[in-house]
Amino acid sequence: MTKGRWVLAGVALVVVVVLAAAGALVWHPALPAVAVPPANSFDRALVKKGQALAHLGDCASCHTASTGKPYAGGRALPTPFGTIYSSNITPSADTGIGKWSREAFVRAMREGVARDGSHLYPAFPYDHFTKAGDDDLAALYAYLMTLPAVEARPPANKLDWPYGQRSIVAAWDLLYLRKGPDTNGDRGRVLAEGLAHCGACHTPRNKLGAEDSARPYDGAWIEGWFAPPLNARSPAAQPWTADELFAYLRTGLAGRHAAAAGPMARVTREFAEAPEQDVRAIAAYFANLMAKAPAATNKLQPIDHADVAARASPIGSALFGGGCAQCHEAGAPMMQQGGPPLAWSTSLRLDTPNNTLQVLLHGLKSPAGASGPAMPGYAADFDDRELAALAAYLRARFTDLPPWPVDLRHAAEQVRKGANE
Amino acid sequence: MSGLTRRSLLGQGGIVVAFTLAGRAEAKARRRDRLPGHLETYPELESWIRVGDDGRITVFTGKAELGQGLKTALIQIAADELCVAPSAIQLITADTTLTPDEGVTAGSHSMQDSGTAILNAAANVRQLLTEAAAWRLVTSSDQIVLADGVASGPGGLRLSYGELAASIPLDVEAKADVPRRDKGRRLIGEDLPRVDIPAKVSGGAAYIQDMRLPGMLHARVVRGPSDGTRLKPADIEAARRLPGIETIVQNGSFLAVVAKSEWAAIKAMRGLQAAGWERIGPSMLSTDLAKTVRGLPVEDVPIFDNPGPPAPAGARAFEATYTRPCLMHGSIGPSCAIAQWLNGNLTVWTHSQGVGPLRKSLAQLLRVPIDKVRCIHVEGSGCYGHNGADDVAADAALAAQAVPARPVRLQWMREQEHGFEPLGSAMTVELKAQLDGDGKIAQWKHEVWSNGHNGRPTTASGLLAGLEVAPPFPPQRSRPIPMPEGGGHRNANPLYALPNASGVFHFAEQRPVRVSALRSLGAQMNVFAIESFMDELASAAKADPVAYRLAHLQDERARHCIQNAADAFGWSKRKKGSGFAFARYKNLAAYCALAMEVAIDRASGGLEVRRVVAAVDSGEAINPNGIRNQIEGAIVQSLSWTTTEAVTFAPTHRTSFDWSTYPILRFPAVPRSIDVHVIDRPGEPFLGTGEAGQGPASAALANAIADAIGVRLRDLPFTPQRLKAALEA
Amino acid sequence: MIALNVNGQSHDVDAEPDTPLLYVLRNDLALNGAKYGCGLGQCGSCTVLIDDRPVFSCLVPLAAVGARKVRTIEGLADKDGPGALPAAFEAEQAAQCGYCIAGMIMRAQALLERNPKPTEAELRRHMATNLCRCGTHMRILAAVRRAAKAMGGGVAEDTL
Repeated sequence: MTKGRWVLAGVALVVVVVLAAAGALVWHPALPAVAVPPANSFDRALVKKGQALAHLGDCASCHTASTGKPYAGGRALPTPFGTIYSSNITPSADTGIGKWSREAFVRAMREGVARDGSHLYPAFPYDHFTKAGDDDLAALYAYLMTLPAVEARPPANKLDWPYGQRSIVAAWDLLYLRKGPDTNGDRGRVLAEGLAHCGACHTPRNKLGAEDSARPYDGAWIEGWFAPPLNARSPAAQPWTADELFAYLRTGLAGRHAAAAGPMARVTREFAEAPEQDVRAIAAYFANLMAKAPAATNKLQPIDHADVAARASPIGSALFGGGCAQCHEAGAPMMQQGGPPLAWSTSLRLDTPNNTLQVLLHGLKSPAGASGPAMPGYAADFDDRELAALAAYLRARFTDLPPWPVDLRHAAEQVRKGANE
Repeated sequence: MSGLTRRSLLGQGGIVVAFTLAGRAEAKARRRDRLPGHLETYPELESWIRVGDDGRITVFTGKAELGQGLKTALIQIAADELCVAPSAIQLITADTTLTPDEGVTAGSHSMQDSGTAILNAAANVRQLLTEAAAWRLVTSSDQIVLADGVASGPGGLRLSYGELAASIPLDVEAKADVPRRDKGRRLIGEDLPRVDIPAKVSGGAAYIQDMRLPGMLHARVVRGPSDGTRLKPADIEAARRLPGIETIVQNGSFLAVVAKSEWAAIKAMRGLQAAGWERIGPSMLSTDLAKTVRGLPVEDVPIFDNPGPPAPAGARAFEATYTRPCLMHGSIGPSCAIAQWLNGNLTVWTHSQGVGPLRKSLAQLLRVPIDKVRCIHVEGSGCYGHNGADDVAADAALAAQAVPARPVRLQWMREQEHGFEPLGSAMTVELKAQLDGDGKIAQWKHEVWSNGHNGRPTTASGLLAGLEVAPPFPPQRSRPIPMPEGGGHRNANPLYALPNASGVFHFAEQRPVRVSALRSLGAQMNVFAIESFMDELASAAKADPVAYRLAHLQDERARHCIQNAADAFGWSKRKKGSGFAFARYKNLAAYCALAMEVAIDRASGGLEVRRVVAAVDSGEAINPNGIRNQIEGAIVQSLSWTTTEAVTFAPTHRTSFDWSTYPILRFPAVPRSIDVHVIDRPGEPFLGTGEAGQGPASAALANAIADAIGVRLRDLPFTPQRLKAALEA
Repeated sequence: MIALNVNGQSHDVDAEPDTPLLYVLRNDLALNGAKYGCGLGQCGSCTVLIDDRPVFSCLVPLAAVGARKVRTIEGLADKDGPGALPAAFEAEQAAQCGYCIAGMIMRAQALLERNPKPTEAELRRHMATNLCRCGTHMRILAAVRRAAKAMGGGVAEDTL
């Protein structure tokens, strides 16, 4: 053969190998369907363990639609690439995972591949779940298989081109997925980086939607909220001790901070049902990460520049006086009961006003019949101009930080529309 | 004739009518037949009914409208007997100057005490009108027909009641044997629309909170967060200088702000409360109040003791313990009062259930003679017992002392009502029974532990401010309410015919928290326990729950009520998740049987009450729709108590301070349907209905849940967490 | 003085700008409908409409109202009668103490104006904001259903 032919053959070979490798990456075999395992075929203790892990992993949050049955999927998850609807993970044979063997389930959790071999989108954080141990995955499988089966087919995803093609996720996996269990060392770290997948919200992502491993827990956007930093960059006014963080994760209330809001509120409701020692471990892990945050110097006196803020924004002051002071002013009933002053609210101390505006617009709700923080939303009471004045007033009165460097009226308008960062 | 003129009737005079006790006792001794209801205590007809020259009829009652439809029912009774349209009647309710002192509007006594009195007084007046018309028209009484305020005789001759008014002396004692009207169309038994509803659906003035008097000032009392706390010293002088503040009132640890505008008062109150607070006395050792009350020193009060042969050999023994936490009245409109001092005379407009006892307590608190105090009832929001109404009246009176001649409106805040209202006591019931070979009950023992259920003020000691003024009054003692009414032991004696049955009330006077009367008192808990236990025993006897109850019940009306409810529900064709319960309130008032069907979501512990069917026997039904309304309300409220409510505490204070920390039932959790069947018994005495539903609803729910998931819950409330835990166990 | 439009009429009110609308309505304008139940935005006794949307008037400062149109229960009656909801509530005798009712009516008014044919589930979820302590819920729902029909719509029974 001529040299050219050798080169051609060599290139062809490389192409074939690359294609084969690519195919191997992209293509996964379908695993056989199994008969839906009967609920009583699972050991009760294993099921209970799986239930506890499901609380830690907060599966129900993403896999339950606002008006849907638990774990039956259909919840819209906005991403920079379009909207993904969570799948039904009840043991329904036709619309859920009833026909999935344990092997199929483990593959999905570890590799992000569905039973039929198709790729799952990393909106499902298998890049975290891959770290879960075999025993934990077996327990989770047992729990999910004993849930009441719900016949519910989630809506089709609405993804921008070309992300509708699942096979391209293979490239993402190649770049970003570190497969395999990671169960050694501190239980708090193992859970946080594994099933609890805290980084999925709290770590910033790159343009391809993968977590930036150089900036773990630096804070990130999720559904219009900014999940604050959970490390030395934490802007909290008071330190997050392990006890404080445990109370927050368990009850949604932190006596020296504020109430859980937005997506985190749902997480705390799940953590309320999770095993206590696991939640404590997670709390201790992050308390340690935040040990070098500025609040560690323990500023005890809450900031309250009431007069200054009133002069700077008389409108804001009037709005606060008639709309917020009933709960938030010193001497108000919530404060008599030991509620935290607004000066200790992390939302007011973030670089973005969005969390503050979210809470002002939508308030905070406890689950029906449950005792817990309740704050009405002011979407109908205040227009965007008023929200802007109020937000500016809160920042000026309760922090020593410079005013937010954004057009607050525009920000209020965007948050009201539900536009996501 | 007494010194009362129409002027004084309209409240324009300063004449106070004294209903002296001494004269009463003598008159009582002279009379041979007992007069019905409170007529016995106030036998003069004019205490109850006046007929004006213009034909306008004024009816007086010492009872109060609480939203239970009392005004409408009493107007119906009077209009019915007097043969006038309801609109011809002006009803004056509880006013210490104008009306009989009928004690407290409570215990479902209003119809039995006041309704019966008015019925018979009206019958007496009708007879007097008839006789006077006969005399004036020169004919006999049986020729006179009364209709629409006019007496007609033969030949078309007529006299209006107005024309007859001067001829009928009403300062005479009622006769006991005057029969009721037996001819003509009845108003009693009709669903007469409530006379108070039109104003309430149109923004009319309907409540004490709507009163606006000339020159009125606004006040707020300033306290710590709850019963058991007090404010730390605050900067009074700074508060005095706030814009719009009229004055600050201090008396011992009692502190109130009086302002020209309501908002100024609220802001000043909050500013003072920013000073912080501290616990009064030692902190509570436990925040589990049922457990605490169970462990307190008690005195044992026997409730009932029915002798019988000992249980046969081989009898099976059963026992169960039931508990409930402290419950709150949670009136939707926090308590409010208006007080005005004029020349040393105090007038208090109040929604207190007992203007008479309140008047006495205020006189003592303010150290003035009792005839210087007048208490006038004006409707507040639903109170369901002893809430903050009396306390706020005292607060208003103290505040008003500082601004003589000016009316002062003092409104409690939501957190003050939640924080200071007397609670329904936490309780424990232990039941033991033995069943014979046929599954019938052969032995029964009921034990109940509770704090008192009556902290209503009879002296200044019963008012919050009484403990705060200088010098303070000592705390009011608490005693068990004697049977047959009972307090913590109300309804602890089952209506069932049980041999070898006894009950003991372990009464704890020492109380960790402020407690008093909450709708049905101990009956809700006792009936909840008894009716749950009956189901547990029926199950052990493998008997149908309804049949099992009937097998132990001899009271005919009770049996009829139970059968009625069961049939209306379709009990024999019931679905899984069905429960039944029955009780006769106090074994003296209305009978209530009800059946409930529920569904439970096993994953979430979510409870759905599908339907409720109830049967009620209130004797002669004055206003059937009113009865249905009361029972529907009792069922929904009891469901809220049973599934959702529990007052929470920290060792130093009450932590249930608003609706977020004391959630109650909201619309999505309300049953899909409630059907109430009223069993009307014309001619039978009126029976109080307002509290008859609380106990049966709680028990029927417990029984329905047990039927649905095979698990017996005995500790209230049945929260989703408890249901889930029960499902997982 | 602050200008206010209530039930179609203009008023000039001499109150502090931070005064919650509830107290302005009751004390400055002598309107009884909106009531103080909690002052914390939890019970809805104070519910009024601002530009057709239901709000807790106990939490809307006077400064925030501006030129927007405030409607209270007093504004539901017109030359044709008391208004569909007040008439329905009276027909159903939907009240025990009645303290929550004005707020219930305004909350329901907002729903029926926006959605004349809500489902039963939508109706209950919408009304969930308002508390009734006496347990009059069944009649309140019946009254809203009745008013919906009178207004040309109706409440569809859920199949759930």
